[in-house]
Amino acid sequence: MAIVSTGGTIASRVDYRTGGVRPALTANDLYSVVPELSEIAQVNAEILFSLFSENITPKHWTKIAEAVAKHIENGVAGVVVAHGTDTMGYTAAALSFALHNLPVPVIIVGSQRSADRPSSDAALNLIGAVRASANAPFAEVVVAMHETVSDETVFFHRGTKVRKCHTSRRDTFKSINTSPIARLRNERFEMLIEDYHKRDSSQRIVLKPSFNEKVALIKSHPGLDSSVIEWYVKKGFKGVVLEGTGLGHVSKNCFPAIRNAVENDIIIAMTSQCIWGRLGMNVYNQGRDLLAIGVVQLEDMLPETALVKLMWALGQTKHIRKARKLLTTNISNEISPRTQAEETA
Amino acid sequence: MTASFEKLGLKVGLEIHRQLDTKTKLFCDCKPKLFKEDPKIVFLRRLRPTQSELGQIDPAALFEFQKGVKMLYEANEEASCLVEMDEEPPHNLDREAVEIALTIALMMNAKPVDEIHVMRKAVIDGSNTTGFQRTCVVALSGELDLKGKHIPIQHVSLEEDAARRMEENGSIIHYRIDRLGIPLIEIATAPVICTPQETEEVALAIGRILRATGKVKRGLGTIRQDLNVSIQDGALIEIKGVQELRLVSRIVEFEVQRQLGLLKIRDELKERGASKDDVEEEIVDVSSVFEQTKCRVIRKVLNQDNRVLAVRLPKFAGLLGRELVHGMRLGSEMASIAHFWGRVGGLFHTDELPAYGITDEEVSQLRQCMNAEPQDAVVLVADARENATDALKAVIRRATEALGNIPEETRGANPDGTSRYLRPRPGAARMYPETDVPPIQLSNKHIEEMRACLPESAEEKMSRLMREYGLNMKLAKQILESKYVDLFRDVVEETTVHATVVAVTLTETLKALKRDGVEVDNVTDNQLKRLFGLVGSGHLTKEAIADVLTWLVEHKDAGVEDAIKNLELVVLSREELETVVARLIEDNKKLVEERRMDALGVLMGFIMKSFRGRVKVELVDEVLRKRLKENLSHT
Repeated sequence: MAIVSTGGTIASRVDYRTGGVRPALTANDLYSVVPELSEIAQVNAEILFSLFSENITPKHWTKIAEAVAKHIENGVAGVVVAHGTDTMGYTAAALSFALHNLPVPVIIVGSQRSADRPSSDAALNLIGAVRASANAPFAEVVVAMHETVSDETVFFHRGTKVRKCHTSRRDTFKSINTSPIARLRNERFEMLIEDYHKRDSSQRIVLKPSFNEKVALIKSHPGLDSSVIEWYVKKGFKGVVLEGTGLGHVSKNCFPAIRNAVENDIIIAMTSQCIWGRLGMNVYNQGRDLLAIGVVQLEDMLPETALVKLMWALGQTKHIRKARKLLTTNISNEISPRTQAEETA
Repeated sequence: MTASFEKLGLKVGLEIHRQLDTKTKLFCDCKPKLFKEDPKIVFLRRLRPTQSELGQIDPAALFEFQKGVKMLYEANEEASCLVEMDEEPPHNLDREAVEIALTIALMMNAKPVDEIHVMRKAVIDGSNTTGFQRTCVVALSGELDLKGKHIPIQHVSLEEDAARRMEENGSIIHYRIDRLGIPLIEIATAPVICTPQETEEVALAIGRILRATGKVKRGLGTIRQDLNVSIQDGALIEIKGVQELRLVSRIVEFEVQRQLGLLKIRDELKERGASKDDVEEEIVDVSSVFEQTKCRVIRKVLNQDNRVLAVRLPKFAGLLGRELVHGMRLGSEMASIAHFWGRVGGLFHTDELPAYGITDEEVSQLRQCMNAEPQDAVVLVADARENATDALKAVIRRATEALGNIPEETRGANPDGTSRYLRPRPGAARMYPETDVPPIQLSNKHIEEMRACLPESAEEKMSRLMREYGLNMKLAKQILESKYVDLFRDVVEETTVHATVVAVTLTETLKALKRDGVEVDNVTDNQLKRLFGLVGSGHLTKEAIADVLTWLVEHKDAGVEDAIKNLELVVLSREELETVVARLIEDNKKLVEERRMDALGVLMGFIMKSFRGRVKVELVDEVLRKRLKENLSHT
């Protein structure tokens, strides 16, 4: 199996003399930090970049997707991507849209405590990720992190439905509006859902790694100045994801700016800042008005996933109608048709 | 004896750790408070030994990890937050703790550092959820004057206290993290102390300075002394966790004798012609010798399909069982080491056999099995093969060491003054910077302001207590050493109760109640103030104080007035007393006629028996005397 390192806490060590951080994810570094890995799989480690994840851009997503695809084409049992946790959810969504027809799993892994601390969560997460890439029955893009604050179990979250929900806890990542797909306890996988894409080495991966960066994410709030939306239009942006309030609302003050954007062939999509739950834009007049203006409503899609997806959709086609169509089509389980009670908050 | 300790080249350094009485913990806003009930939060962790800056891994830590040791941490909501759980970065250093540490440092004439830098000290036994203890030097190069002798204070530091070890369940160690993060002051002397007695005196002197701040915690578990003890030709031994001051000198003395005993064993081994090369690493399975054994320990182990393994220690016969001092033997040292490295319950050696159900016959078979000559000793361990092997490997190492220098160790203090092996002494390079906490700058101006208003020293305070309140030296000392100095002053100033009565109550009465199992610490300062207020105003007699306190401890949240009512301690008025006395004389007419004024004592006894705590003796005496006289003059 292969490990592609992009940086972040899991992949770095602090140099106490300089205070600087250096990448430390050669295969030998890995074995020295987590000796158990050598018993699970033969690891081929590649240092792609060494970035804190807040510095990752859509261009990096493309490179990561290409690197992962190359390893998979070379026939590895799975690929682990080491990544900073801050924007791990975005990269997970990006890879979910860029990598199609996966024969093997792609596991994104990080840690909340640096690997050079005795109490680091890196070891268990890495063991879980490597084990999954070698043996897990699923072949999807997932995030592997602690299930709880204990060093006991690892959760595997779907790349399009996962969000960092705590600044510092080990169990910061949560599956939103859905269940994690699997749990690893000791050496055993426990599948938590029935409907998943199965590992099948006969499949041929399809790579669609282009992203259009001219997409913005705007959070609606009391007093939001509609000239913010106008500014994006003037700057030539192709899409705006609104993180609306409640069931999918923005202030009436913004309606003219939104109408103007739609008339200028800019895709305006709605998500909710509530994080949990689904939009319901037909409930109140203002929601219906927004739909009438031409706002695309994105069901229970996470705002961050919606941003990545719109970038991806506009990277696939120049035609606005086709991009809109892609945006509302369920590509990688980013839209759940139904949400069960226990999956909500 | 003092001279002989000096001849032995005894050098002791003292490290005193004491909890500070702050409102919050050192790196978060939790209450520094322990809990007794079942934990609400539990979580399981493993700690991995990581390479230090120099690429070294602590061998003991690596070993524990390889054994699969896990920690189960217990917490409640009041005393721990995400910081202690290592789920949130530490907050800034608690300013109150820094101020107290600075005060103590200045009282010892130490020089505060320009900037306080928090460091991480690798501690991988699980007592810190992070795998390191946060510590920072606050001041350097202080001094203490002990009867004219200059004792250098190397540093005054602040550290976070560790989690409490509760129990060990196989490979899972339970720790409670309520104590983790409580600020500790650490004061380290230079290793210039020359006798056990002097060690105790230095500890006492430091304790007096700490108490003078009024900002250190008191009671068992709040203070821990570590001793660094060495003698010429011996080894530097660190003895940790001495909780009681009165043990300090004893521990030093025992350690000197332990080292002397070990040196004697080394010399004797040399005389017998033993050499390190003779100690073979040959571990033999001797289970067959014990197939029919009556030894219950071995029987149980064999029934569980485990093994009895043994090693031969050439020319060690008689030396394992020889007492070094007060029950400490080379054999018991080996047992502690075997427990640490092999997690085994214990070991047997031929110096103590036959015993424990192991027969003479079995011993000779064992010796035969091991090709042991009469001068050789055999050590055996019954456990799972892997554990027993690890244990015996450690025994072999210790036996080899017995032929050379005394091994440097970290030892734990026992309540009887002896000590036990804890682990090898950690390497020096255990410190690295805590990058999550910004340094604190100390301005000269602030330091000088603090220096100008340092607390009174213990000596000054004592003479003031004697001068201003007329206490004798013993009482003044007791009050000073109790936690009630401030309360004492308030009560004496606010009430009319005599200072001596207040002092006796706050020291001797409370101590006596505590001895009887009454948790007087649960009585609040406000309750005590109210109590003295009522004594002062004559609503309660001083004889009733103990009863009221006992009742208050038994009735949480109740007030002093409730106690008085419930105990029927309402003081008799003069009129009531007159009536009581009149009736008593009437009822005991015959007695009064016979004994006349001499009946006073008996009648007094009757009244005090019925109304103890409700009436002052002086008043009873007065009324009774008057009434008797009247009565007798009538007849």
